[in-house]
Amino acid sequence: MSTTIVQNKAYKNKQKIKDNFISAFIGFFAFVWIFPILWTVWTSLRPYNDIISYGVFSWPRHINLDNYFHAFRVMGLTHYFLNTLYVTIPAVVLTLFLGSLIAFVVSRYSFRFNLSLLLLFTAGNMLPIVLTYIPVFWLYIKIGDLFGNRSLLYNNYLGIVLVHVAFQVGFATFVLSSYMKTVPKEISESAIIDGASVFRHYWNVMLPLLRPPLAALGVLMSCWIYNDFFWALILMSEDSKRPVTSALRQLQGQYITDFNLLAAGASIVAAPTVILFFVLRKQFVSGLTLGSTKG
Amino acid sequence: MKTTAANKKVRSRRSLSRNDRFTLAAFIGIPTLMQIIFLWLPALITIVLSFTYWNGINVSDIKWAGLANYKNIFFGTPVFYDALKNNLIWLLWFTFLATPLGILLAYQIDRKIKGHKLFETVFYIPVVLSLAIIGIIWNFMLQPGGFVQGVMGRDIGNAVSIWGNYSINTYVIMGVASWRHIGYIMLLYLAGLKSVDPSLREAAAIDGATEWQTFRKIVLPAMRPVNIIIVVITIIESLRAFDLVYIIYGTSTAWPLLNILVFQNFAGQGISMKGAAYAVILLVLCIGPILLYLRNVFKEDLK
Repeated sequence: MSTTIVQNKAYKNKQKIKDNFISAFIGFFAFVWIFPILWTVWTSLRPYNDIISYGVFSWPRHINLDNYFHAFRVMGLTHYFLNTLYVTIPAVVLTLFLGSLIAFVVSRYSFRFNLSLLLLFTAGNMLPIVLTYIPVFWLYIKIGDLFGNRSLLYNNYLGIVLVHVAFQVGFATFVLSSYMKTVPKEISESAIIDGASVFRHYWNVMLPLLRPPLAALGVLMSCWIYNDFFWALILMSEDSKRPVTSALRQLQGQYITDFNLLAAGASIVAAPTVILFFVLRKQFVSGLTLGSTKG
Repeated sequence: MKTTAANKKVRSRRSLSRNDRFTLAAFIGIPTLMQIIFLWLPALITIVLSFTYWNGINVSDIKWAGLANYKNIFFGTPVFYDALKNNLIWLLWFTFLATPLGILLAYQIDRKIKGHKLFETVFYIPVVLSLAIIGIIWNFMLQPGGFVQGVMGRDIGNAVSIWGNYSINTYVIMGVASWRHIGYIMLLYLAGLKSVDPSLREAAAIDGATEWQTFRKIVLPAMRPVNIIIVVITIIESLRAFDLVYIIYGTSTAWPLLNILVFQNFAGQGISMKGAAYAVILLVLCIGPILLYLRNVFKEDLK
């Protein structure tokens, strides 16, 4: 008995040394990983002239937030941030709402087509996006012409919101329905016996129970939709209507020489998702793992 | 027993009032309709369009092309094979390097080694950044006069062309792509690892198993469902890789990928249905992993 304990102790000591070595190794990589971000932030705090006269590696003569104020002023970031809000908030709310409807029906009522429905939505989430680009573009213009207003969907926030919803709703449905399977059936049965209508059953009984996955999905999807710059490049013809990430891409060409300003702009645009991640990290992680994947 | 259950089901369906039936139809109908109109229908139309000639403007101009677009791609477009090669490089790099590193990282962090909380955060930050921002950050690191060139002792005058040099840019692109991918895989795996019974690992440790043996014989088998998901993600991400390269090169084919070729034919100077054919080729390559994923996820329901 005592020999195994001694052995165990020796083993643990050896393991400890090994662990410290592993820690140091990963720590080195962690530094390499974070360095580009730190370097960008560092650059954003220095005036352009300092770098021009003394070089990138020079000791800083001035450190201030001038680039940040300047970025807000000349890049018009506030305006683009608002554009992002017009897209992100409706898209996230609508995705969660529609996803919860399907998930509710599929998990609470047994119809024959439940599984096919779920497959349709989940598979839709994994389709290569480019497959839809030309028809969606064309459809938007045609629908607009039909209503006598070409920019009903094309070059309009509504159009961007709808494509985001169409692509994300599959993921939301999948996550919410697998969560709902864990909610005891008895809750639903008693609601039905009490004579609650389908709508009350959904709105007053199930929806409140879905708060944790809805919060998790909400955080995750806000981040994805905020970060997307691609649909706006395709479906918005006016620069001034683009969300902040697409605008940043545009501004990159415009301010390519004043890198300190661009670094400040990038830091500002990165801030919301990074802050979201730090503050709501639990939701963030559980959102990913509830569905286990997002293709 | 069976009959009562069946009765119950029938009764519950009969007890639905007209209003309730209407609500249910709306609950299913509205999202499904949206999904079909904005996703499935466009996807099907693209498949049909891949067999036509069209400039994307007037529907009346659509002309049947048969397999001409595909023939053109397979026999008349060398850049298609360059793109396939790059997608393959991407896939191999992710499969044999980035994904395993993410998994090993998750394993070590899950063991709560010193600094594990900090590591988790640091490796995950690149994942929450938009590619528009990642493009700026890396461009800044690598451009003439930037940090990397400075460390290599090159000033603006004799800077190395990083994006224009094929033997360098492949590694740089893969490096930046891994910068994001590793954190993503780490977080997915980490969540899965929390569900592995810790006593299993303790038992293995007491029996004198090495770290590597414990990982291979205990952890990896216990993580089978997550492993499949990660394999699928790795394949699909490699096949439809796009935005990082688009950020660097736009629609030029300096470093072609399948998705870039699709986009090149859909946007830019002229719309050609060769783009639709590229998109269909991409879809065909993705179908296998998608089916594998669906089968894994809905295993119980399918029975």
